[in-house]
Amino acid sequence: MDNNHIIELENITKIYQVGETQVNALRGVSYRIKTGDLLAIMGPSGSGKSTLMNIIGCLDKPTGGRYSLDGKEVSTYDKNQLAHIRNKKIGFVFQNFNLLARTTALENTELPLIYDKDVPSKKSREMALSALEQVGLKGREMHKTNQISGGEKQRVAIARALVNNPSLILADEPTGNLDTKTGDEIMEVFKKLNEESGITIILVTHDPEVAAIAKQRIYIRDGLIEKVE
Amino acid sequence: MNILRTVRVALMALARNKMRSFLTALGIIIGVGAVIAMVSIGQGAKIEVEKRFNEMGTNLLFVRPGSMSFRGRHGGGGSFQTLKEADAEAILENCDAVQYVSPNVNTRAQVIYQNKNWNTSIYGTGHVYPIIRNWELEDGDYFTDQQVRSGQKVCVLGSEVNYNLFEGAPAIGQIIRLKKIPFRVIGTMKSKGESGGWFNQDDVIFIPYTTAMTRLLGTDSIQSIDVSAVSMERSQEAMTQIEEVLRIRHKIAPGAEDDFNVRNMSDIAEGAAESTKILTILLGGIASISLLVGGIGIMNIMLVSVTERIREIGIRMSVGARERDILLQFLTEAVVLSILGGLLGISLGIGSAQLIKHFSGMQTLVSLGSIALAFVFAGSIGIFFGFYPAHKASKLDPIDALRYE
Repeated sequence: MDNNHIIELENITKIYQVGETQVNALRGVSYRIKTGDLLAIMGPSGSGKSTLMNIIGCLDKPTGGRYSLDGKEVSTYDKNQLAHIRNKKIGFVFQNFNLLARTTALENTELPLIYDKDVPSKKSREMALSALEQVGLKGREMHKTNQISGGEKQRVAIARALVNNPSLILADEPTGNLDTKTGDEIMEVFKKLNEESGITIILVTHDPEVAAIAKQRIYIRDGLIEKVE
Repeated sequence: MNILRTVRVALMALARNKMRSFLTALGIIIGVGAVIAMVSIGQGAKIEVEKRFNEMGTNLLFVRPGSMSFRGRHGGGGSFQTLKEADAEAILENCDAVQYVSPNVNTRAQVIYQNKNWNTSIYGTGHVYPIIRNWELEDGDYFTDQQVRSGQKVCVLGSEVNYNLFEGAPAIGQIIRLKKIPFRVIGTMKSKGESGGWFNQDDVIFIPYTTAMTRLLGTDSIQSIDVSAVSMERSQEAMTQIEEVLRIRHKIAPGAEDDFNVRNMSDIAEGAAESTKILTILLGGIASISLLVGGIGIMNIMLVSVTERIREIGIRMSVGARERDILLQFLTEAVVLSILGGLLGISLGIGSAQLIKHFSGMQTLVSLGSIALAFVFAGSIGIFFGFYPAHKASKLDPIDALRYE
């Protein structure tokens, strides 16, 4: 086991069966991501970058190859074990925010903790409040998701992603639904989190400006890593 | 996720769609309400029947003429006039478990007092009839043994007849006419109230059975014998003794059928209790169907709700909810909905039972048992009909669910 690398991908393949035909979404991706990295995965749509993100995020299982996260061989895990890993180690930020409708910022942020047996409900409230403060939403905790702006929604989503002190935050086109200025602000939040808290962040994007803040960029094309820079 | 939290999340989800939640629960509310109200009617009827029978006295026995074969022709019950006055006397003399005996005949007649007339039942009885039937006098006296034996033309009025003929004026000492025969009123009975609704027990005039047999009916046989046993415990014994005495007197060969029937009050009461029980089951059963329909309503809405909330399910799964958590969440929603509906239904049922009692005069009784039963039934319906939608939700794939538009 390598303590310096949070993620080790070894010859990851993913084959989808679509009707009669097989689609090779990933055709042998091998890569190691260092703990505390800020990485961008880039590539055109259909390149397989979303599939890679789903596998790294433990939402999906690879067809072949080995994937270890934080030293744990997660490619052999079943659905419930994967859910547990997502709960403990991973935070997601989506392009379309994916917040619960008509629910307060606080309740949305608390959501991962209610599925965590180790966190008592009193403590989960505190943790959620501090996560919201970290993303600059202090004082807006009781606002419902339909009463706040897009930028604020994404901040709530980030707070939700980091509330369980994850090893890894995965952000899928986090600025895709935001204007440039708000997008920049959100990227600043990510950068700050990476620098100050040392959380590994993976950005999945096709926007070069977003990728520009990353320490490293990997380019995916046709299910393979094309280049790394 | 612990239970308290699960219930809280379920309540929040239901609160987000208050109108829909209420309409969904309405099926359960009405179902539970109907079960409780209907069962309360059945239970009320049972209480009412028991009360009536207790009023009449549980050590009461009836002897009636039975069926008899005559040259191969089988008559129905009471088709032959086999009971004689002497049978009643023999019962009183020879059965030590018997305390009182009253030979009875009855007929209907038009009764006339001055310019008023009234059609009513005429009961010819022995002097102990009020004691056997546990029936008190309002005023005056019942006729005596002596008055019975000498066949005097005296009568005692039931309260309904008293009211219709005298309208509150004193009746004692007045002369009324039955089939043109004058009778002197010597007493009036207290009201017993309607029994069962078809006939009024108070719409009656009592006269000595001897007088009734000779003057009104012209017969030498009696129609029935009311007997009271020494005690309730000995009523079975009294029955056996009466049967023995009558079989000997009627010269019935061993093995041949009786030409009379002896029934005791507790048997009759049991029969009546049995029929009210069937009534309760029937009413409760019909009401349960509406509860079942309510359950199907819950399943329907839960299925819609799962489809509508696929995205939410995806979000929950992405942050670490396991299949079990999602299953429990939707199941809890269904159960919370049906239990809340059940609680409201219980109040509705109790309220309806009160209203039915108030407006129809029917006795109703809401028992703790029926409340518990309806409540448990509602909860089970929530689990049963909530399971399929919840299971469907828990089996969703997180990636598909997150992408669902």
